[in-house]
Amino acid sequence: MEKESYLIKQVSLFSENKPGRLATMAKAFLDEGINIKAFSIAEADGFGVIRVLVDKTREAYDKLAELGFNVAYTDVIAVIMRDEPGGLYEIAQTLANASINIEYSYAYSGKDKAVLILRVDHVEEAIEHILNAGFNLVRQQEFL
Amino acid sequence: MQYWDPRIETMPQEKLHEMQYRLLKNLVYRLYSFSPFYQQRMKEHGVHPDDICSLSDMKKLPFMRKQDLRDNYPDGLIFYDHEELVRYHVSSGTTGKPTVVAYTARDIDNWTISLARALSSTGLSRGDVIQVSYGYGLFTGGLGLHYGAERIGAIVVPTSVGNTERQIELMQDLRVTAIACTPSYLLHIGEVAERMGISIKDDTLLRKAIVGAEPWSEKMRERIESWLGIKAYDIYGTSELSGPLFSECEAQAGFHVWSDFMFTEILDPDTDEPVLPGVKGELVVTMLQKEGLPIIRYRTGDITAMEAGICSCGRTHPRLQRLSGRVDDMLIIRGINVFPSQIEHTLLGIKEVGEHFMIEIDRVNSLDDMLVRVEITPLAFSDKIPDLIHIRKNIENQLKNQLNVSVRVELAEPGSLPRFEGKAKRVIDKRSM
Ligand SMILES: [Zn+2]
Repeated sequence: MEKESYLIKQVSLFSENKPGRLATMAKAFLDEGINIKAFSIAEADGFGVIRVLVDKTREAYDKLAELGFNVAYTDVIAVIMRDEPGGLYEIAQTLANASINIEYSYAYSGKDKAVLILRVDHVEEAIEHILNAGFNLVRQQEFL
Repeated sequence: MQYWDPRIETMPQEKLHEMQYRLLKNLVYRLYSFSPFYQQRMKEHGVHPDDICSLSDMKKLPFMRKQDLRDNYPDGLIFYDHEELVRYHVSSGTTGKPTVVAYTARDIDNWTISLARALSSTGLSRGDVIQVSYGYGLFTGGLGLHYGAERIGAIVVPTSVGNTERQIELMQDLRVTAIACTPSYLLHIGEVAERMGISIKDDTLLRKAIVGAEPWSEKMRERIESWLGIKAYDIYGTSELSGPLFSECEAQAGFHVWSDFMFTEILDPDTDEPVLPGVKGELVVTMLQKEGLPIIRYRTGDITAMEAGICSCGRTHPRLQRLSGRVDDMLIIRGINVFPSQIEHTLLGIKEVGEHFMIEIDRVNSLDDMLVRVEITPLAFSDKIPDLIHIRKNIENQLKNQLNVSVRVELAEPGSLPRFEGKAKRVIDKRSM
């Protein structure tokens, strides 16, 4: 189905707050030739969650699981933002108007575009509203 | 309900207490008069048999510890003349010297009667075929159950331990209806049987198991009962008390302690004061009729609690809960006694975490601080922080309800906490460092 093609598989991993966990993950990606496209760390006291979008999602997941990480796939969406003041506001307002809750988000701003990665509670509705409002979504294969 | 000895088993509690007092009085006079060890102990403790005027005067008597048995190896505590003894059992000391227990003919008989009552209370009787898969030999389990089972008129299959496939064949061929063994061996039998293509539930007549001699849990009972289709009854006893002595009845609500054989105290290991029914403490026992090796106020080091009220089976003798740990493992957090086994038990009921855990205790602003580290399972992992905080909060609440002391919980990565072979060392107490 059309909307599903916009779902992006993010790799999430649970990490204790202790030195070297990020380095372990990064080294694993280096060894496997996996390129990180977007990345965030969320932190609570005592533990954190690392979220990554990579070019080789399956390989990344398998490698991290093999290393003993607590790892999961999560569906997120990636919206192209206008790379100027108000770019984030437009998207956030669109979702707020549709009463869609953003569970978390992070963004990157590259040479050619700025992208907002979103985890929302009602993903199909979110895709519909975002497309209807004239925004563009990035598909998984565009990350390759 | 079938009683082995209805007169004793359903005797009103006041009558039992009278009987206990008479037996105790007799015991202390005898020991004071004829046992150099006990006489010296009582003198050192400033107590004379004349001071024992009621059962509650029991608390005036000195304690006895495992170390006393070791110090008097091999026969310093043996009370009767050599000619009166009929058997020795020896427990191998994992630390230090072994301990020797001597039995007179009457000791063996009382031990057997105790088990005859216990086995009858689980519903076993003449016509049952009981496989005794406890070790026979210096260990008390095999021979104890053997005599008890014969006494009730059951047929005994003395398989002892080992050669599990043969045990399963015999179980089928001899139409075994009950087994006495450790809980872990019972699960092992189930697994081996499955590999042989035999279902214990459908292909054997096994319906009851008398299990003990190692720690086990209610979870394990549920597993045994649903998977193998047999009822599992807890049994208790250690060699110092003669051997296995007491088991749960068909109500499965704690094992009945026969008051005419044993006086039971549950004491706060810290203050040595008795605790109320339902509250955990150290089991301290006085064997009222033992001859070869008398036992007075023996600190078993086992943690249990007395069940309140009279059992639905009609037996008036007190019931004790399945052992929940050892005194040596007890922690005192802000004045409250905490056992690692309670934490283990709570965690077993929380599906988001694994079975491994570590406890770290420290003092923060002169207050004890307890941290429990648990591994979050891959299935429970959510990449949303609030979900994880919710899981952590839930574990903290459940532990607090169980322990009556607040606990901090830290979520750890799967596989990151230490694994132990043999005795686990799950506690790091930084207060003394
Ligand atoms: Zn009962």
